[in-house]
This record gives sequence, C-alpha cells and structure tokens, in this order.
Amino acid sequence: MEINPDNMQLFGIGAIKINATIFYTWIVMALLTGFSAVITSRLSTGAKIPRWQGVLEVIVSFVSGQIRQVIGRDPWPYVPFLGTLGIFILVCNLMEVVPLYHPPTSSLSTTAALAVSVFFAVPFFGIMKNGLWAHIKSYFQPSFFMLPFHIISEVSRTVSLAVRLFGNIMSESLMIGVFLSVVPLFVPLVMQVFGLVIGVVQAYIFFTLATVYIGSSVSIHGE
Amino acid sequence: MDNVTIVAVVSIITAGATIVLGTLLPAYGEMKALIKALESITQQPDASNVLSRNLFVGLAMIESLAIYCLVISIILIFTNPFWNFMTTAGGK
Repeated sequence: MEINPDNMQLFGIGAIKINATIFYTWIVMALLTGFSAVITSRLSTGAKIPRWQGVLEVIVSFVSGQIRQVIGRDPWPYVPFLGTLGIFILVCNLMEVVPLYHPPTSSLSTTAALAVSVFFAVPFFGIMKNGLWAHIKSYFQPSFFMLPFHIISEVSRTVSLAVRLFGNIMSESLMIGVFLSVVPLFVPLVMQVFGLVIGVVQAYIFFTLATVYIGSSVSIHGE
Repeated sequence: MDNVTIVAVVSIITAGATIVLGTLLPAYGEMKALIKALESITQQPDASNVLSRNLFVGLAMIESLAIYCLVISIILIFTNPFWNFMTTAGGK
C-alpha cells in the first residue's frame, strides 16, 4: 500500500520526474489563482455586485475577522500570507472527494514546506512590526537563560505543525484505503464525509496556530 | 524463530502498544480540557468565541501527541525500516 504520494510518479521526461504531490499542488494552485484572477478582473463597488465577488468577500472578511480577533490589531498586513495558507490547505483537503486525487497535504514534504514558511514568517512579521532589536530582545525575556527554550519552542512547534497536518490527512486517506479493502460499500462513504470534517478542522487549526504564533511575535511584552 | 520473524513480532506488538498508549493518555488530557471549556462556556456564554478558539488550539496541541504515535505505528506497520533492512541486506 502506498502511503506517500511523493513516490507515485505520474509522468516525467528524463531526469525530471513529476510525482503526485507536485502535480496536484499545481492543480490546486491553478484552481485558486484562476478563480481569483477571474473574479477580481471585474470587481464592482455598485449596489449590485457579481455573485462570485460576494463569495470572495465573505472569505476575505472571515479571514480578516479571525486574524483581528487573535492579534487584536489591524489584520491587513497578515491577511495575504495567512489567508493564502488557510485557503490552500482547505482546498487541498476538500478536493479529496474528487476521484484519483491525492491530497498534497498527505505528503510530509508539503506540510513541512508550509510549516517552514510559518517558521520564517514569525520573525519576519515581528521584525517588520517592532524592529530588529526589539525582536531579538524578546528572545531574552524574561531572562538571558530563556534563549535556548525560546529556540527549542520555535523549532518544535514547526515540527508539530508539519506532523499534525501530515498525520491527520495521511491517516485519513490510509483509513479509507483500509476500509475499502474490508467493506467496499457504504463505510468508505461515511469515512469520506468524516474526512471532510477532519480536513476543514485541520485547515482551521493550522491557520489559527499560525495566526497565534505570528500574533505572539508581533505583540511582545508591555503592549 | 529466525531474525525476520522476531522483527515482525516486535514491530507488530510495538505498533499496537504505541497506538494504545498514544490515544489513551491524550484522550484523557483532551477530556479534561473539554470539561473545563464546556463548564466555562456555560458560565460565560458571551466569551464562547474566545473559549472555543483557545480550546481548538489546545486540543490541537494535545492531539499532535496522538498523531505522533499514529505516525510511528503506521511507519512500523507499512514502511518498517528494520523489516526492510532484515529482508534485503542483513537478515540471513
């Protein structure tokens, strides 16, 4: 049984091999960029807005509202990064109902890449907001000896972000595979519905945790 | 028993023990967190948004431990490195 979509090679020319992870990531990316480009190409501010613009506005205002609740300040510097992260993971997980689709998030390389981007975004936003010196000083709070613990916590939460998403999505597709070989009817269907719930919850958790990390780095002590 | 059988037996038993302990204890922790959160929501229904978000974050933290155990047991069963080593290179 294949549990890693990295090993499923779909096609390739010579040394360039395109595996399932890359291919389906491209598909999700193309879907998201295509939809956004088409919708934002004819925006209107009149009384009657296009139907799809309303959908996009609901999504964006939900994301910015969530970020505002957690960070407690103007969310707009963080909406592009965090919103893209959340919507990408959500679409990756939800497209699992499509036949022949393997979610890219069930590969540890994808989730590790997402977690690493959060790992670099945390100091980036902290330095953008508070300046370099204040951000470095926050590693030495409350005393100098806390430096190794701050570093350990940064690394370990990156690892846990990656492994949590990977483990949930991978185990769910694995479970569907196992159930398909045991009971081919009805039970895999229920598992798929359950898997949709898991996918939404995991996307929300990844988004919320990234927001919390960035928020804690942006609003350091004494504010 | 030859070496391959020993590796198989130990891997299977360890996978089972991992999944048992790794779901039992995080489930206990999640239970306590959930009880406290529900009590707090019934006492302060206005704060239910903040409470449930913090509950989600905390549950995700606890749950990641269970997920570690799940990943380890899945590795032990499906892509066992020791089994592969024994059957290919050194398991004579």
